[in-house]
Amino acid sequence: MFEEIGTTAEGDLIINVGPQHPATHGVLHLVITLNGETIRKVEPHLGYIHRSIEKMCESLSYRQFIYVTSRMDYLSSHINNHGCALCVEKGLQVEVPQRAQFIRVIMDELTRIASHELWWGAMAMDLGAFTPFFHAFRERETITDIMEKTCGARLTMNYMVPGGVMAELHPDFQKDVKSFIQLYKSKFEEYNELVTGNIIFQNRMKSVGILSKEDAISYGCTGPVARGSGVHCDIRKLYPYDIYSTVVFDEITETAGDSYARYLVRLREMQQSIRIIEQLIDNIPAGDFQAKTKAVLKLPKGEFYQRVETARGELGVYIVSEGGTTPYRIKFRSPGFSNLSALEHMVKGLKIGDLIASMGTLDLVIPDIDR
Amino acid sequence: MTNDELKIKFADLLPTVSFEEGGEWLNLFVSPEEFKSFVSQLRSTPGLDFDYLFCLTNVDWKTHFTMVYHFTSTIHRHNIVVKVKLDRNNPEIETVSDIWRTAEMLEREVYDLFGVKFLHHPDLRRLIMPDDWEGWPLRKDYEDPVNMIKL
Repeated sequence: MFEEIGTTAEGDLIINVGPQHPATHGVLHLVITLNGETIRKVEPHLGYIHRSIEKMCESLSYRQFIYVTSRMDYLSSHINNHGCALCVEKGLQVEVPQRAQFIRVIMDELTRIASHELWWGAMAMDLGAFTPFFHAFRERETITDIMEKTCGARLTMNYMVPGGVMAELHPDFQKDVKSFIQLYKSKFEEYNELVTGNIIFQNRMKSVGILSKEDAISYGCTGPVARGSGVHCDIRKLYPYDIYSTVVFDEITETAGDSYARYLVRLREMQQSIRIIEQLIDNIPAGDFQAKTKAVLKLPKGEFYQRVETARGELGVYIVSEGGTTPYRIKFRSPGFSNLSALEHMVKGLKIGDLIASMGTLDLVIPDIDR
Repeated sequence: MTNDELKIKFADLLPTVSFEEGGEWLNLFVSPEEFKSFVSQLRSTPGLDFDYLFCLTNVDWKTHFTMVYHFTSTIHRHNIVVKVKLDRNNPEIETVSDIWRTAEMLEREVYDLFGVKFLHHPDLRRLIMPDDWEGWPLRKDYEDPVNMIKL
């Protein structure tokens, strides 16, 4: 792979970005063909953190395989677990208790905020602004503390199981979440003052990495990337799961399709997540946190597909069952994989600095792409 | 469109198509020879407008392969699953990357892990595994004594 470095017959320069590069946030490897500073070609090389999760899942039981999925998109591990649990429940036809559904949705939205916080800090750092990273981590740290109290982990939670959630909430949970909402609301204006309104930042983001609505659909983009181009693709609205159909929130879309639009979508989505949590946090019903299920789960023969909205977009869990205790075949349709495929189209003809700005707003998590 | 309306429409487009219901979505079975001309009509026929290919994968059934394409329409919001049976010893199918751009990378992934050849694909190379890797890891008969831990 590395022998490709050099110049082409036309005099274009071929360079590598990654697999170890601060702007790729993980082990993504891009081989870029440059004419001067202008990008001619971007070719992603994947697989540096490929663990063959799909193959591993074929030999794990329906209770075990969920733990592996936390390691895919580690910033939305709750939502990955949620999607897998829902897919297994669909096969078993289990009714999940209301209390568990409330807890799941609150946890999902907290995860979404934490993930967007990290994206916001890291993306600003890619563009050369170091301070926002610390602002973002101040709030994110509060969420990881809340998660740690209830789930015992800060990153790979493994809290959601088929039938509900694994354990009862920590007694401080509601109090902690409410004080987090207070903190978040008092700090949110800082984000806009620091970054959003900054004219240097806006100049680097506006009209950069434009993705049209048609292209976004054709490339299979989902999540904030597609919503920045005006595609209505929020799974929570289109195919609601658990109690998403009963909560009130807006699907954020922008029409410009540039990096700045994607930035605004994520920023506003955090506020919508706060709105969802506020509606639910005081109304968690009493009752069981888990439905009664058998110790060894067996899915009936057939195929089950479940999609959920992670922080990065649409995650699809496709289980093919032969009636046994392990899945015959499992496929994860990861949002990052499809979003990455649009990168070359977005940055062709732009300058190399714009690649970093565009890639930052794709919010790539490499283990999610490689699986 | 409801599943019954879709069925009538599909039978018009391709008389040899067979259906399977009972799952969440309508399943269609198409032969590999008729596949390409059929799916390009899915994209272009008004009223169908399947513009979004949200999942593309393959299942190894030990006797044959089944390519599985999940389509949805962002306009009409109906979903279908198109399945194509392939010969396991010589799996070949036409690419759809010229109709849905997302298929370019997804097909490379399927080629990499299953060894399915996509005809007329612009750039069919290994994507995830190293270029010099031998074998197709997601096939059921794949053996790797070094990297695979049997549970």
